[in-house]
Amino acid sequence: MTFWLIQSLNSLALGGVLFTLAAGFSLIFGLMRVANLSHGAYFMLGAYVGLSVVDQGWGFGWAMLAGGVAVGALGVVVERFVLRRLAGNALSQVLATLGIAFIIADGSLWHWGGDPRSVSGPEFLRGGAHLFGLTFPAYRLAVVGFSVVLALALWLLLEKTRLGVMIRASVDDMQMARAIGIPASRLFTTVFCLGAALAGVGGVIASPILSVYPGMEADMLPLALVVVILGGLGSLAGAFAGSMLIGFVYSFGQVLVPSMAYIILFLPMVVVLAVRPRGLFGRVTA
Amino acid sequence: MTAAARGIGIALVVALTLPLWAGGVYYVNLASQVMIAALFALSLNLLVGYAGLTSLGHAGYLGLSAYISSWLMLNLGWGHAASAAAALAGTTALAGVFGVVALRATGISFLMITLALGQILWGLAYRWNDVTGGDNGLSGLTRPHPFGIDLGKPAWFYYFTLAVLLLVWAAIAVWVRSPFGVSIRATRDQPRRMSALGFNVWLIRWVTFVVSGFFGAVAGLMYVYYNQFISPHSLSLANSAEMLLMVIAGGPGTLIGPALGALLVVLLKNVASAYVDRWITLLGVVYLLIVLFVPGGMVAGLARMAARLRGRPSGAGTAGTAPRAEEAPQ
Repeated sequence: MTFWLIQSLNSLALGGVLFTLAAGFSLIFGLMRVANLSHGAYFMLGAYVGLSVVDQGWGFGWAMLAGGVAVGALGVVVERFVLRRLAGNALSQVLATLGIAFIIADGSLWHWGGDPRSVSGPEFLRGGAHLFGLTFPAYRLAVVGFSVVLALALWLLLEKTRLGVMIRASVDDMQMARAIGIPASRLFTTVFCLGAALAGVGGVIASPILSVYPGMEADMLPLALVVVILGGLGSLAGAFAGSMLIGFVYSFGQVLVPSMAYIILFLPMVVVLAVRPRGLFGRVTA
Repeated sequence: MTAAARGIGIALVVALTLPLWAGGVYYVNLASQVMIAALFALSLNLLVGYAGLTSLGHAGYLGLSAYISSWLMLNLGWGHAASAAAALAGTTALAGVFGVVALRATGISFLMITLALGQILWGLAYRWNDVTGGDNGLSGLTRPHPFGIDLGKPAWFYYFTLAVLLLVWAAIAVWVRSPFGVSIRATRDQPRRMSALGFNVWLIRWVTFVVSGFFGAVAGLMYVYYNQFISPHSLSLANSAEMLLMVIAGGPGTLIGPALGALLVVLLKNVASAYVDRWITLLGVVYLLIVLFVPGGMVAGLARMAARLRGRPSGAGTAGTAPRAEEAPQ
């Protein structure tokens, strides 16, 4: 029983981490039709920036801030100077983001070295939390809480603010949105920056759980892809549901059938594609 | 056309005599590597260039075919012929299954699904230690001895690879010019019209997907014969992306382009890695440069340049041979 509870918490925590990654990926795809294959690299870069900040003796909150700001700024540069020049050419954009992913991955290897680095979470979350007579790692509980708050905040942003209205309108009908004066190009930069920053923050909060290592980007990117294909591209609810589902499948798979964990991970995707190609919550065909 | 024929003739003479003047085993082996890379690029080009379906999971076929043949030889003691046949059959069958999954979508979603499928194979190779040897991979393979010829010698292996490459090349050239090949290109350019005309667009794409997987398996066999070693690294996303770069850099949807792209990438990799530590960064930069400045690939770029030199309006003579490969199908 304890095993199942602890594993469930681990699953939720992994799901929360995946959500920070997949939400940005899904938003960017929904709005810009860009499959941002550098998203995993943003995640890793955020984790490494956070690591450096923590190494300097700053707190974990500063690390999250630094990871988000640094990667978000990089996102602005990439969107402005690369993706914009390739607008309307989906394949070129994909290749460009892949090239950027290689550069980030190799640059990180160069700067931070090839050894996996572990990062300790904030001090007040080091211990265990006692719930129902069991001890849970407090940090993972906090990650779950953070991801729920983040999901709510993003939902409010999309549903209740002017920016959110413009984003939703552009996702649904770009031409009409432009025609009625929505500044689509500024919107693209904003959303790409937001998505990249989310990935950066996600990397920082993931680092105490997953640690930071070269190749992290290649591990995370497929997970993000599976999440958004499952949940439906461009859907926030889909990204959340998909993240939690994959969090469970992967966490339990790794414990119960370690050598096959990667395969079971992709089974839900195959099933969803066969039955409902647009994903669980998607409105557009995948 | 005569210029093209002359070019092919010169290339053939160069290729046939290469071991005589290359000046060392290193260069002969390098040439073999280029040709094996060209095999991959040619097989991937069927999907990317002709069918307009950009796959990022092609390294999976390399790996599967290499692992199947190695495993059968090392653990069951099968001969080269039998294990090669099993590897080709197994990989092609899996391509059939993957095709059914991936072709639920086109465009960017197709790319994402093939990436995910490729990662499954990578994960399997990496984690299924009992069978694949995990991170250490499988080693200890020998090269085959067809008709008593020792392919362990670099020059003989070079000629063997050349023969396979020319065969595959000829097969692909005939295939893409056949009526079926025309219908593949038509599903790329006008899928709706093709469906309205009564063609089964899905089936045409699926057949192309499977054939591409088969030639990928052939390339995988050559790869494992050359290296006599296979590890999960060969199935990585970076490797799939490198193959795609060869196709895109050379000229998707052309017969020469993928080979040119393979030449560029393999040479760059070997030359650059001798001087620069950060080969991957360089590769990333090459990606960006090609995408930003040579969008149609080298074949189209060269044709444009030639046309400009002759004072003709650019693109006049290239429209037929260099399709707009960037365009994803609707």
